[in-house]
Amino acid sequence: MANDSKFTNQKFKLVGTRVMRPDGVDKVTGRARYGADASAPGQLVGAILRSPHAHATIRKIDTQKAEKLKGVKAVITSADLPDFTGGEGELYNVLENCMARGRALYDGHAVAAVAAVDAETARRALKLIKVDYKVLPHVTDVDLAIKPGAPVVQPGVKTKDKKAAPTNVANVTTYGHGDVEAGFGKADVIIEKSYKTEQVHQGYIEPHACLASVGPDGHGELWVTTQGPFAYRNWCATLLGMEMSQLKVTSSEIGGGFGGKTHVWIEPIALALSRKANRPVKLVMSREEVFRASGPTSPTSIDVRLGATRDGRIVAADAAMRYGNGAFPGIWGEVGAMAAWACYDIENVRSVGYEVLLNRPKVAAYRAPSAPMAAFAVESTVTLMAEALGMDPVEFRLKNAAREGTRASYGPTYGPIGIVPTLEAVKKHPHMRARLGKNQGRGVACGFWFNFGGQTCADLIIDVDGTVGLSVGTVDVGGARASLSLIAAEELGIPYEEVRCNIADTASLGHNDMTDGSRGTFSSGMATIFAARDAIEQLRVRAAKAWGIDVKNVSWKDGKAIAKGKRKSLTLKEIAEASPNTGGPISGHSQVVADGAGVSFASHICDVEVDPETGGTKVVRYTVVQDAGKAVHPDYVEGQFQGGAAQGIGWALNEEYVYGKDGRLQNPGFLDYRIPVCSDLPFIDTQILEIPNPNHPYGIRGVGETSIVPPLAAIANAVSDAAGVRMTHVPMSPPRVLAAIKASRAEKAPTG
Amino acid sequence: MTVTVSFVLNGEDVSVDVEPRTLLVEALRDRLRRTGTHVGCDTSQCGACVVHVDGRSVKSCSMLAVQAEGAEVVTIEGLAKGGRLHPMQEAFREHHGLQCGFCTPGMIMSALDLVSQNPDPDENQIRHWLEGNLCRCTGYQNIVRAIKAGAQAMRSA
Ligand code: FES
Ligand code: FES
Repeated sequence: MANDSKFTNQKFKLVGTRVMRPDGVDKVTGRARYGADASAPGQLVGAILRSPHAHATIRKIDTQKAEKLKGVKAVITSADLPDFTGGEGELYNVLENCMARGRALYDGHAVAAVAAVDAETARRALKLIKVDYKVLPHVTDVDLAIKPGAPVVQPGVKTKDKKAAPTNVANVTTYGHGDVEAGFGKADVIIEKSYKTEQVHQGYIEPHACLASVGPDGHGELWVTTQGPFAYRNWCATLLGMEMSQLKVTSSEIGGGFGGKTHVWIEPIALALSRKANRPVKLVMSREEVFRASGPTSPTSIDVRLGATRDGRIVAADAAMRYGNGAFPGIWGEVGAMAAWACYDIENVRSVGYEVLLNRPKVAAYRAPSAPMAAFAVESTVTLMAEALGMDPVEFRLKNAAREGTRASYGPTYGPIGIVPTLEAVKKHPHMRARLGKNQGRGVACGFWFNFGGQTCADLIIDVDGTVGLSVGTVDVGGARASLSLIAAEELGIPYEEVRCNIADTASLGHNDMTDGSRGTFSSGMATIFAARDAIEQLRVRAAKAWGIDVKNVSWKDGKAIAKGKRKSLTLKEIAEASPNTGGPISGHSQVVADGAGVSFASHICDVEVDPETGGTKVVRYTVVQDAGKAVHPDYVEGQFQGGAAQGIGWALNEEYVYGKDGRLQNPGFLDYRIPVCSDLPFIDTQILEIPNPNHPYGIRGVGETSIVPPLAAIANAVSDAAGVRMTHVPMSPPRVLAAIKASRAEKAPTG
Repeated sequence: MTVTVSFVLNGEDVSVDVEPRTLLVEALRDRLRRTGTHVGCDTSQCGACVVHVDGRSVKSCSMLAVQAEGAEVVTIEGLAKGGRLHPMQEAFREHHGLQCGFCTPGMIMSALDLVSQNPDPDENQIRHWLEGNLCRCTGYQNIVRAIKAGAQAMRSA
């Protein structure tokens, strides 16, 4: 029972209520400490020199002058970061991405770093470092990178065998089932379309920041804004040749991550500087550095082919998906290929993902990474097909939607899932019946995300006054402490206010995987339930001892131990107070691999207004419907829905990395890379559905990511409806929309 | 070369040695250790650094420390009085006007300036006022809600 993760459909007293978060006061008073807010005695300030070239060989780095500058305590290059990774593989790529090793692979690639007594001195030292570059041809566009004769980013990368010529396609993966060509043979209507999306950044408002300290004994500490203190610890320790237990990583409050803080960037450099200077080093990225050198998501180019019969059944689907990976191979095309067709039940289906190397920063996860671009291409085509068949786009989707028992295009067979219920909810939603004004259009789109589980560990201590401390190793990105405290209180049967949730450092708790894949509440929630049940075992034992009866005859209900058949009970508080004399401290512990993260689906409705004169687009109404499994804290679930939709709106309409012909990023700042401001956004309405995840005691599914998957397509469908032209290139910025309108007018105009 | 600048910070007289080019936000964070004022950009866009100077909201990254000479500066740390949150702080907490909380100090300081000029702002006025404050987490929904509630609480206080 204690560690049974099956859904039990229990009635909740606390879970599902909208309590106030325990960290709220700290965050509204400025007491909360983020990455850049910690300091240590004798601390130095770090700064990084970055390549101005998109692609270059580094012939020589002369650091002598910088080293001699008064106040400079350490200067490092890749020579100070010897390779402990074996010279290949992902960890080697991380090492080379953190600090260039003989070649600069993108504009912004770190080439050297300094630590000095203050920021001014550090900046001056950077100017004294002389780097001798031999500039090489570069490529920053996905389609150009796969053309024959394109500059090769990684000469060591060969798609097929060792004898093949080097290429920018690092890997090709295929998913699907059935006979796709035979399927198209049965189709009455076939639609083929190509799409493009531009690269965007996660855009967390807090830049990467850390405080590193390595002592002469080789032991170190790192305070850092991260989604994964344990992963950061493991990577940093390996890259610096330290044992894992020699490095303690503490996660600060995190000012947004969205996947971007699941990768190390400056942290190994800060540690290396500290080791060399023998002083603590604080290293904080500027916003420009965040854009140029920390992970954006992939730019993509996707071809879709969809075949259906007249009665509205999809019989074949195919997608070729080219995902830019930046300068190092990743798995982004593969993830896109897996997610592409997940919403539908299709007999003959295929998706092929290509990992394309570019002279751009190493791509990082961004909220449901790779899925929004796939959904943009697929869901635009699905709407086109509905139009071609003269069917309502929601009905067409319902007719083809995946259900329990459907074999997903990426392999598994679904359990109970939420795609049909979200579409039914959309159909009934008043938004669908609201009248559209002039130049307005409406779009609908669906989205899918896998959700992760993974290794998780939690400790729960019962203090002698009967209050409870809960330690977890996933970080709090937007209310997790409240949700996890609710879960602990629910299990123990005590008030929410009597639980205090703490984010543990890597020396205080067993390993926890990264806080990604929407796994925080799902897996730490599961570990919290098990840790609470473990503590309840102890509490029952103590009560049995007090009564001199067998523990079998003691049950736990509403925060009390109850003796069977007798009218005797002891509260948690009473047992806790007596604990020093009944066997000492009481605590519960849990370590699990949280399997069975339920997949998540959403359907979005969007209304836009397009100005046909300027091409400007405004989202005027937006509705998110998503399955949460069980909403532990509905306000924070809605917050995730709204936040993801807002990011999707920015991506769809404005945000874009612009590279010049010289391969340099032209808009590394919030001035020219425009994320949505308050007046850009409408009221984002939300509807939570709860289709329990059978693999979680409370039915919880991850909720954090799926909300960013449908917006690109929902908005594209709406813009196309409003403007009368199909938009195939994201972002749908005013010039692109205007050009599309003009082109379609020219096409429609009588010739001669 | 350093210069000494003196001003009133959250009701207390402070003096600090700075370079002539030191920004107010650097003086506040690095020298005076008030880290509740955040830095999110280098181009005065994000508003995470908003403080009050002589009663008006100012992006403290767009002002030199020396320009604060003799001024009355209030940061997020100076709002709660006598162990009680300011009504606007209370409203952000109660109405979930934050997720990660990084934008929150700037949002609150900015909102207070709005309310001092317009005690009963409507949704549209709030949304336009906040154009200089970026939030990447919330979609702004609950921030707008919190500011409305905060303004209401301040009116009835
Ligand atoms: S730090 Fe961004 S506006 Fe001041
Ligand atoms: S709450 Fe995270 S930036 Fe606003």
